[in-house]
Amino acid sequence: MTKNTENTNMLASASRRDFIIKGSLAGGGLMLGLGALPDLALAQSNSKYDQNTPMRAGDPEVNAWVSIKPDDTVVIRIARSEMGQGTRTGLAQMVAEELECNWKKVTTESPTPGQSLARKRAWGEHGTGGSRGIRISEDYVRRGAAAARIMLVQAAADTWNVPVNELKVDKGVITHVPTGRKTTYGKVAERASTLTPPDPKSITLKDPRTWKVAGQPYARIDTANKVNGTKVFGLDLQLPGMLCASVKSCPVFGGKLLSYDEAKVKNLRGVKGVVRINDSTVAVVADTWWRANTALNALPIVWDEGAGANTSSSDINKALRDGLDEQGDFWQRKEGDAVGAIASSNKKVEAIYFTPYRAHVNMEPMNATVKITGDRVEAWVPTQNGEGSHAALSEATGIPLDKCEVYKLDSGTGLGRRGSTQDFVSYAAKVAQKYPGVPVKVIWSREEDMTHDYYHPIAMAKMTAGLDAAGNLTGMHIKVAGQSINATLAPMAIKDGKDERQLQGFYEKGPDAQLGYQFPTLLTEYVMKNSHVPVGPWRGVNTNQNGIFMECFMDECAKAANKDPLQFRQVLMQNHPKHLGVLNAAAKTGNWGKPTAPGVHRGIAQFMGYASYSAAVAEVSVKGNIVTIERLVFALNCGHVVNPYLTREQIEGSVVMALGAIFNPEITVENGRIKQQNLDSYPLLKLSSTPRVEVVLVPTYDFWGGVGEPTICVVGPAVANAISAAIGRPVRNFPLYKENLSLA
Amino acid sequence: MQLTINGEVHNIDVEPNMPLLWAIREVVGLTGTKYGCGVAQCGACTVYMNGEPVRSCSIPVSAVGGMKITTVEALSKDNSHPVQKAWIALDVPQCGYCQSGQVMAAAALLKRIPKPSDADIDNAMTNVCRCGTYQKVRDGIHVASGQKKLEDVLAQYDASTKTRG
Repeated sequence: MTKNTENTNMLASASRRDFIIKGSLAGGGLMLGLGALPDLALAQSNSKYDQNTPMRAGDPEVNAWVSIKPDDTVVIRIARSEMGQGTRTGLAQMVAEELECNWKKVTTESPTPGQSLARKRAWGEHGTGGSRGIRISEDYVRRGAAAARIMLVQAAADTWNVPVNELKVDKGVITHVPTGRKTTYGKVAERASTLTPPDPKSITLKDPRTWKVAGQPYARIDTANKVNGTKVFGLDLQLPGMLCASVKSCPVFGGKLLSYDEAKVKNLRGVKGVVRINDSTVAVVADTWWRANTALNALPIVWDEGAGANTSSSDINKALRDGLDEQGDFWQRKEGDAVGAIASSNKKVEAIYFTPYRAHVNMEPMNATVKITGDRVEAWVPTQNGEGSHAALSEATGIPLDKCEVYKLDSGTGLGRRGSTQDFVSYAAKVAQKYPGVPVKVIWSREEDMTHDYYHPIAMAKMTAGLDAAGNLTGMHIKVAGQSINATLAPMAIKDGKDERQLQGFYEKGPDAQLGYQFPTLLTEYVMKNSHVPVGPWRGVNTNQNGIFMECFMDECAKAANKDPLQFRQVLMQNHPKHLGVLNAAAKTGNWGKPTAPGVHRGIAQFMGYASYSAAVAEVSVKGNIVTIERLVFALNCGHVVNPYLTREQIEGSVVMALGAIFNPEITVENGRIKQQNLDSYPLLKLSSTPRVEVVLVPTYDFWGGVGEPTICVVGPAVANAISAAIGRPVRNFPLYKENLSLA
Repeated sequence: MQLTINGEVHNIDVEPNMPLLWAIREVVGLTGTKYGCGVAQCGACTVYMNGEPVRSCSIPVSAVGGMKITTVEALSKDNSHPVQKAWIALDVPQCGYCQSGQVMAAAALLKRIPKPSDADIDNAMTNVCRCGTYQKVRDGIHVASGQKKLEDVLAQYDASTKTRG
């Protein structure tokens, strides 16, 4: 659970520490110094090899977002986390656009949560989830950049004692037009920093249609050290005197740690000790992580597995299935009398769908490094939410926030696991408390990471619709039963027993996840069925299953109505022009309605999440029980495209994650514990199964939508609908081995 | 015990059953080689033993003997290996965590089959990437092998070397 740091007033003084990471290409090692200023060579190596260098105190800055060095290097501050989605590059492009600086001179650094706290959250929110990194911060980041430009130009005008309207600026070079005199941002930055900033509200931002830097398919600014092993992830940190730890929690969620036999492992090589982290988690600390983990696996532990040990997947699945038949006050949208309309219809269509638990499997396992010296805490964390990590540190140690600091490291993906759940930070803090003055790196084994996740929630849906004699839809009844993320993570968000979040994508109103259909009558219901298995956000969150439920069922309805799936949808989308726009764009590029190659069948789907509109057309062939995806076309309207190349990469990535989720084995529960422990029993999609992805970007420039997640929810239904077209029967049970299907 | 890594001999005193991965990472201190699963499924720990790609998480250090180990840090001195160049030009990596292994596997493939077909790539590139960079991995291998031009691949993504900033 994270705390809101907004209302914290504990701050005594700025908690700024100089922090240097040096990636050494030749030696491959890592040196890290605290408290010293870097020399120039080191600073250069920072900018070359580590774009995530924490912001240094004392560097001159024009404003919170921009610092410019005398050599014209532009340092852009990025508060959001980078985990591969390209947010750092996109935000830097938007700043560079308004700043009118030289892109070749741009580098980035990260304000720490401690620095942000000290400056009254000058950088706003740090959290990076829900595809919000760019869309939520674009306005204040661009205004900050524009304000910096205005101050820099004013500083040049003041220096030359000329009217500011006689100056122009291009790529960081300011020219006095009447005389041709020139100066650069680097030369006037110090003077600019002394000026009173303009009111951000008074600034007119550029029309995105005129962008020259933003909106371009620029290369990522942080790729070079990802291809030679020098990028430092949390797992790679090496600090002087550092110890390592591996953790183990009760295999059954909710169970307790009764006892362990420390004597059995304390003499193993390198072992420093065993730490009881809380009433269900234990850690072994050693000089290296492999020794810690080896000793942990040898540690005799007695657990009280608790009531959860009596629960297996069959029980959870049955509870969901029963939930679909329960009658009660479950409704969230009620427009007309859908139940009555369906009952009196010429034809009734009904289908029950199932989607399973999913694990995140971040390739970089959960980890954090914490050092507690006296009354100060420092942590090095791959996190999606620096402020959340900051709060977790304070909560776990009891040390006030202003004495805590978090150095964010780029994450080996996040996928929702490193944001609202900060258990990996709390655990590391608890271990470090036992070793004052010593940095302790706590890494979860892959097995621990997989079996103590916050899983994508399991869900079932009963979808019911009516058709009149002409095949027109008369009513839609969507009834979802499943586990609630809010029940695990944010119970206060559940109002009167109703949890809107689980019906993401079925909302009446935007901007985030609006249903794209206007049904003559509609009833949506959510029946909460929780188990002892913790659930949380997983890329795309509840749009994953809801997209499947809605869009697979729309195809079933179209078939029952004897209508074309695209036309059947279009009729119901006339009040939702943006949804319809992407659907039509995907259909056009996907050659919908045109002949396919022999044996190839098409499927189509559209859905909305994260304020963006997505649609897909899939072409598949099915031989025996083997599915080959022949073509995948996506259309995305995310309002503004800040970097089209990286946007396409996000869509390509969402396809891989979604295809794995609909074809690969799922997470199951056996005697209360997660049965799948590693990638041998929970395999992820590989290159050989990955189809080429074609992308059509259709921004309408009148809103800001997300990119990282939106398209994931249309992959499954588009492919499933194509499969259904191929095999002549609907597919409803995911993953699709339950339908006797596997991916080539 | 001696380990020859990237041409350098390291005298190390470790348990014989310590996996090569952890000797490389925690004893020798080369952290480019990653831990992803520990059971030879993901390939993030790929290194070369006498030039052949292996999954170092599942090889005890006692089995290495005098074989020469090469890690990603020694693939080139300056990101000049054709695979590295293609990876950078196409922005193959997203988060980058698995890419040490992807790069090593791809370079090994090109050494064995200089002009690999798509089927060769399917068979050789079994490394797991959670970001889902596989399409770009395939593109990158085609560019690194000279079978596709960088500009042609970029054009498929409505980009060119001129518009990449």
